[in-house]
Parts: sequence; structure tokens; C-alpha cells
Amino acid sequence: MSNVPDDLFYTESHEWVRVEGDRARVGITDHAQAELTDVVYVELPKVGTQSEARSQIAVVESVKAASDIYAPVKGEVVEVNKALSNNPALVNTDPFGEGWIFVLKMSSPDDAKQLKDAAAYRQAIG
Amino acid sequence: MTDADSKTTPLYEEHRRAGAKIIPFGGWLMPVQYTSISDEHQAVRNNVGVFDISHMGQLIATGAKAGEWLNRMLTNNIDKLEVRSGQYTFLLNQNGGIIDDLIVYRTKPEQFLLVVNASRTDEDFAWLQAHILPDVTLENRSDRYAGLAIQGPRVAELFRAIFGDGFELPARNTIIEAELGVMPVAIARTGYTGEDGVEVFFESKFAPTFWTTVLEKGKPLGIRPCGLGARDTLRLEMCYPLNGNDLTPEHNPLEAGLGFFVDLSKPNFTGREVLAQAKEQGLKRKLAPFRMQGKGPPPRPHYPVFVGDERIGEVNSGTLSPSLGYGIGMAYLPAEHAKIGTELQIEIRGQKFPAVIEKKPLYKKA
Repeated sequence: MSNVPDDLFYTESHEWVRVEGDRARVGITDHAQAELTDVVYVELPKVGTQSEARSQIAVVESVKAASDIYAPVKGEVVEVNKALSNNPALVNTDPFGEGWIFVLKMSSPDDAKQLKDAAAYRQAIG
Repeated sequence: MTDADSKTTPLYEEHRRAGAKIIPFGGWLMPVQYTSISDEHQAVRNNVGVFDISHMGQLIATGAKAGEWLNRMLTNNIDKLEVRSGQYTFLLNQNGGIIDDLIVYRTKPEQFLLVVNASRTDEDFAWLQAHILPDVTLENRSDRYAGLAIQGPRVAELFRAIFGDGFELPARNTIIEAELGVMPVAIARTGYTGEDGVEVFFESKFAPTFWTTVLEKGKPLGIRPCGLGARDTLRLEMCYPLNGNDLTPEHNPLEAGLGFFVDLSKPNFTGREVLAQAKEQGLKRKLAPFRMQGKGPPPRPHYPVFVGDERIGEVNSGTLSPSLGYGIGMAYLPAEHAKIGTELQIEIRGQKFPAVIEKKPLYKKA
């Protein structure tokens, strides 16, 4: 059974969001990393990128395939996890911690609350 | 094609039970991985792994003239095959294009087993049947037979554990008959991974028993069930071609760098004239193995390949090599750009990443 922390928000495309004031830290869920397995490359967004909600913003590659990562909310990329360049497997080993991918400065901090809560996400992944 | 149209092997339930992720492949629902591609890959490189290859086609040609006939249908020289020997070979169309790559074994003086690609089985059978000689019979036993590939440096140990201490594997590229209890099995020393290994064939009804026995006896040896994902990374490290990616009717075996399996000294086989002419005129393009340089995403099929600003081709096969830790691939390139050491650029999502053509195999055991 996948780990789904209660203090995060979730998307249907399996990103998680940790709200930190007006910022949203984003990664992929334990369920997503378990499905992908073997993350071998993460294409990070550029700091300063403006993104709409649900726009493709990063790529996570496993041995088998490249998967798009979407911005959960509208905002500007203010930080990216450079540690993933040397150690993309952090996405597998610590998806909700060291494996975070980027931080968005949210255009409207209330947007995150429109996302799924842990209970809804748990239900979505069965 | 939807999943509902796809066929399943006699081991489908075993795969589900083992937690496999299942994907459609060549008209079949097959396990792509059980735990992770890297884990399964390393199990084969270091210990031993077992793959379900029941989807592969098995054709039997019988008759006094079966050898002579197959020599006209296939590129390699059947006359070189002693009883119980096998060889890698090609089935070509009249233009020298590849219909299929396969292994043919002489199982008896006048009987041959052809092990062909799953997605090509019906096409191969129809083509061969359309060109058959009166005294030769061709049987498609694919639906009645299953198979396992058991690959890795501990395969001989595993077979002694299954069949007893005195058991000897057949020599490379040969096939023997054995029995596990009451179950007859053909064991061929061959594979698609670059490791020591065998492919075994038996009636479908015995498949779950064989599968379970191999996994149980292999447990102390570190065996893993392995899916198509690891099969692909293992074969690509060795530069073994994959039908559909690297071999198609648009390509011939000489361009694929597999002229060793084409005997142009045979007087007559389908596609011979085109290949002889192509060889005389010099090959226009070649399948070149390459590796990525520096950090970057792994190459994938259809990514554009450049030399400088000139687009010269696209990737046919590509992946991250679990053994080497960097991206590897193969691409058909114009012959003048296909030389070892040529610096390439692979375009990935609009950005170019450096690569270099290397000698095959891309992976060599330390």
C-alpha cells in the first residue's frame, strides 16, 4: 500500500503539493514512483518559468519511458531540486522528502485547496 | 488493438500472482517488469533470471527436402547444421527486406524447429506455407507450446539443482531433449542477454510447473522473474537487434551489421540477388551503436540524430543502460557517418545532447 501523507494536497496526475505560505513544493507521489520504478533522469523546469495549472512543466524518466509532470497550480518556478541531477533515484527513495522536484510561487494561494486531499487521493488510487 | 484482443501465455496467472506489471506487446499481454527493470537486469548479469517466452512462435518443418527448402527460404546455411545444432538466420522478402529474424534448430536429420518473433509468427507461417515444397510439411505448434528463457552466470548451477548433479547443459547453440519427471523438455543453449543461458520449450500444460520449479530451485541462487523491460535493456547493451525497432522490411541484414548470418555463397535464397548487389555497391546506411556523453536523458526510439546541424537519421532503439549507467542506443545512419568515434547529437525535447558511435557490444563483462 502506498504512503499518502495527510498534510499534502494531490493531483489526478499523481503530483503532491506541500503548501508553504504562498509557495507550493511539488513532487510525485509514492504511488507514482512505484509505478515508474527506476527513475534515471529528471528534467527540471527553469527558475522563473511561469506556468498555468495542469501545464507540462518537468519530465521524469524511468528506464522504460519518459513521463510528463504537470504544475498542480498556476505560478512561477522559484526553486528546483538540483540534487536530482546527480541522484534522480531520490524520487524513488524519498518521494515526499528529498525527492521534491520544484517550488512554485502560487499566483493565488487558495488554488492548492482545490486539489485532492489525502483521503480523496487514496480513493483515486484504490 | 485492445487488451481484450490480446493473447495471454499459459503463465499469465503466474505473472499476475508475482506482481507483474502487464503491457500489450506484439498482440500479447506480457509482463514488462515484476520489481524493477534495473533489479531484474542485474539479476541476469550477476545471478540468473527467468523470462516467459511462450509468446514466441514455434514452427516445425519436416521432410526429406525440408533442409533444402529452408536453405532457399533463409539466409544462413542449413547445411552447416548437425543434428541438435541451431543457427541465427533471417527470413527475407524478395527485396532483401527483413520479414523476421529467428533461430532454426535441426532437431532430427529431417526435422527443424524454427523459433520466431511473436508478432511475426502468423506472417512467417503464411509466407513459408506459400513457398513450401510438395514433400515438406510445416506445422505451427505455437499455441500448444510454451517456453522460458533462463539466463545468467548461475544457469548451469540452477540446472544441476533441477535435474541432478550430473546434469550437463548442451554446448552453445545446440539443443537437447530432457525430462523433468514426466514432462519432456527441449533445452537449447542460447539467449538474448549476452549471458550464459538457455531457452527451454515444452507443452503449454506443463508451463506453470516449470515456472514454479525454476523459481523455487533458483531461489538460493538469487533468481528473479524478469520482464520485457529487462529483456530490452540486456539485449541492447549487447547490440542484439529487436524486430520491429531495428529490423523491418525496410532494412536488410547487411545494413544491420549481421552479414555473418547471411551466406551469399549459397546459390539461391530469397533476397540473395538484392543483398549481393547491395554488398557490391557498398552499403548506403548502417545500424550504428552509440552512447550518450555526459549527463542527459536516455535516448528513445524516433529521437532525431544530428551530425553538426545536419539531421542524418533517428534512433531505432534506445534506453538507459543499467549496467553502464548512461544512455545507449542504435540508429541507422548514412554509411559515411556510421564510423566508430563519430560525434553525434541526439535531439531530446528540442535540446541536443552529445553522443558518440561505439564498437559493439556496448557492454563487455569486466
